[in-house]
Amino acid sequence: MTIELKQVSEYIWEIPKSGEMLVPGRIYADAGLIKHLVDDVNKGKEWNALAQIRNVACLPGIQKASLAMADVHPGYGFAIGAIGAFDAETGVISVAGVGFDCNCGVRTLKTQLTRDDIKGKEQELANELYRVIPAGIGSEGKIKLSLSQIDEVLVKGARYAVEHGFGWQEDLTFMEEEGCVKGADPQTVSHEAKERGFQQVGTLGSGNHYLEVQYVSEIFDEKAAQVYGIFPGQVLVSIHCGSRALGHQIGTDYLKTLESASRKYNIPIRERELVCAPFKSEEGQRYFKAINCGINAAFANRQVLGHLTRKAFASALGTGEKTIRTLYDIGHNTAKLEKHKVDGKEKDLIVHRKGATRAFGPGRPEVPAAYRGIGQPVLVGGTMGTASYILHGTEKGMEEVFGTAVHGAGRISSREAAKKRWRGKDIIAELKKDGIIIAGHSLSAVAEEAPGAYKDVTQVVDVVHNAGIAKKVAMSKPLISIKG
Amino acid sequence: MPYQFLDHEADIGIRVWDKTLEKAFAQGGKALFDIMVDIKKVKKVSSVDISCEARDIPALFVEWLNHLITQASIKKMVFRDFKVTSIEPFGYDLYKLKGTASGEKLSPKKHTLKVEPKAATYFGLKYEFKDGNHYLQCVIDV
Repeated sequence: MTIELKQVSEYIWEIPKSGEMLVPGRIYADAGLIKHLVDDVNKGKEWNALAQIRNVACLPGIQKASLAMADVHPGYGFAIGAIGAFDAETGVISVAGVGFDCNCGVRTLKTQLTRDDIKGKEQELANELYRVIPAGIGSEGKIKLSLSQIDEVLVKGARYAVEHGFGWQEDLTFMEEEGCVKGADPQTVSHEAKERGFQQVGTLGSGNHYLEVQYVSEIFDEKAAQVYGIFPGQVLVSIHCGSRALGHQIGTDYLKTLESASRKYNIPIRERELVCAPFKSEEGQRYFKAINCGINAAFANRQVLGHLTRKAFASALGTGEKTIRTLYDIGHNTAKLEKHKVDGKEKDLIVHRKGATRAFGPGRPEVPAAYRGIGQPVLVGGTMGTASYILHGTEKGMEEVFGTAVHGAGRISSREAAKKRWRGKDIIAELKKDGIIIAGHSLSAVAEEAPGAYKDVTQVVDVVHNAGIAKKVAMSKPLISIKG
Repeated sequence: MPYQFLDHEADIGIRVWDKTLEKAFAQGGKALFDIMVDIKKVKKVSSVDISCEARDIPALFVEWLNHLITQASIKKMVFRDFKVTSIEPFGYDLYKLKGTASGEKLSPKKHTLKVEPKAATYFGLKYEFKDGNHYLQCVIDV
């Protein structure tokens, strides 16, 4: 396999349009990051990100380019770190562009505590968080729902959790879509999905999901940090999780639906996982309504977990619950109907972000009023041993990449290789020396998530910062990580 | 062990094989639950019947794995033994599968949790018959 690649600017590489490609592929990276992607192709690795970016460029109705961020790595169908925006009239919607964990995302809470305030009490706080936050395979949530009540969660999202005592109205103000997307129809979600999901609202899950207590280690943009309410040394909490089994089942159910639809509408498919349906078709619309249900389920999930975090801080440290506020909550596995300018003309697009964070710039009505002068916060999760970043969206990002930025560090080693190279116990002991407490439900999951299995998050974030599509506001470092 | 895990950065590829197609599918079940728990620690206490259909053999493999994930999740179980009793063509473009999965209620303390499989995907999906064995592979999202 050969894939032509040319550098078009300091931080942008392009796969030129050729063959069945309708648009070019465009990757935001630096020379080191791009080398890794090219090496995969040269080594003959069948599952490589560049081929996936090229395949997405062939899907009907794609606009501008098949895009990828600096944290891009091989996924299934779409690469992880990929963006595919399709014309709402002529384009398609795809399961692979969303993934099986619909609206997996990050919520960051800001406390009024500093790192010094919790010194010596970290273990107590870790123990309490581990006790209070349901995590790991088979865990159940503390919000007890009947099977029929789940429909209400799917329609109301985080608002349902707030109405039932998990948080406050202010939390919703600082969530993407105010914690609830419109157009969610529970009838498009199967009984199996609801049966799998109704006891899991407010659970962390496993794999790369986590709850992390962090402290702000560096501020890059004083003005933006002030607007977001962030200060040096401040204790933050970041929660990374999604829509749990309900979302997984939505993906599974619609993969079949869209496979039939691909044949029915004669859509050329270069890779079987890229099955899709025209967005305006009956199948496409049904899937979109189901995704909206999944998005709301994930919002409700993070809302409950956010509130349980407050409870844990209150009981471990006596922190006032009201002093822990939501900084922002944003998804990175979604397909959303958005307005963007293409060739100077405003268009309705169905924007797939698979492992990519929406990063809307200043002035967009979707950004909370308090942040609108700066642009939305972009929450970038690092690894349990390195750092996380808070960025803000920019006008340039709106023009070039549909208002999108990186979502994390991006994996560089496979899970299998990570397990061979590291042991969970050793990772925990090593991080303890650096003052980081890991409380995990699975030792092998800790090994798979070893910091060394990821790219350098600073290098990845610097690419989007230097390219100007999102700008650095602050960096935070981990103190405690609760793993599923 | 007639299955192996394949390198994939974010997820896990599985490749399974056996002398008959039915047995190869059963190996797929083992590989799937080996991702989730230490299957050697799972006992055979009860069984769940699985039936599913798809338009070709590779898609049927994904369907079978996804049915196992769904049933385990709904019944809060984990499986260790799999028997595929029949895989038969039905009409012009449909294959039907009947089988069972045996295991017990999931116990985080007892089963040594690993990572939760979210879904079997069509990515990397392959079916081939060579040297007397049926080989199947796909990527599992975790």
